[in-house]
Amino acid sequence: MDNQEKQHVLSFTQLGMVLAILLVLTGITVGVSYIHMGFFNIPIALAIACTKVTFVLLFFMHLKYEGRVINISFISTVIVLIILIGFTFWDVAYR
Amino acid sequence: MSSQIDRAGIKLGMWLFLYSEIILFGGLFVLYAAYLHRYSEFFAEGGKELDRMIGTINTVVLLISSFTVAASITAMQRNAKKQTVGFLLFSIACGIIFLVNKYFEWGAKIHHDIYPNSETLVSGEPGVNIFFGLYYVITGLHGLHVIIGMVLLSISLVFVLTGKITPSRFSMLDNSGLYWHLVDLIWIFVFPLFYLVL
Repeated sequence: MDNQEKQHVLSFTQLGMVLAILLVLTGITVGVSYIHMGFFNIPIALAIACTKVTFVLLFFMHLKYEGRVINISFISTVIVLIILIGFTFWDVAYR
Repeated sequence: MSSQIDRAGIKLGMWLFLYSEIILFGGLFVLYAAYLHRYSEFFAEGGKELDRMIGTINTVVLLISSFTVAASITAMQRNAKKQTVGFLLFSIACGIIFLVNKYFEWGAKIHHDIYPNSETLVSGEPGVNIFFGLYYVITGLHGLHVIIGMVLLSISLVFVLTGKITPSRFSMLDNSGLYWHLVDLIWIFVFPLFYLVL
């Protein structure tokens, strides 16, 4: 196993662009919160949050450049979370 | 004779730990979701009591600190030690700013008799009581993680300064960075759920 494999370096510019995107998304989510759409405010806020989280995971946390084990185990964790939240909600919402 | 370092294993170990943290906060968010469903108007009422500006500032501070932590790793990979130190110091400073903001927020709430088991909450609407109960537990646990993250970053900073972390051996810095990004991730969800649920 090659112990000195080339590691992927993210340039300051690339990182800076990710930060810019995150700040814009933050601005959008705050701006949207001032528009009252009733029930839809929450799914939209959560959708924007999920987008931000994806950017942090892929670039700041390097997930885009990791191997199969980390990628699969991460997706599995997300699935567990979706089941945890989804099924609980499914139960609670229809009592 | 230096032994082989299993960098992939070290990184995977950290990710496995992060998964447990994700499930930990995930469980708390499940609680939030269930009670939001039952007490939506009261959660909105509670949300209005929280300062959106401070919440936004805290979000921005953590996002910038995530950038500087990632940048410190790039700097280390390029063997730019001074930059690495600078970025790490900035990140730790961001953590301090976040905690100071939290102190002001919690202080203001406690001053207005809004804290777990306070008279106002106990004698008021149960929905509002639960909202602030969740607020204190989730932001409190998150704040604890900010402190732990700052400790890890500080240890990494010392290791960088003393030459224990080098461009060919920086897993400690890498993993501390991952922990810090997790703290940021959690806050990205906490922010809309508590401050923007109006």
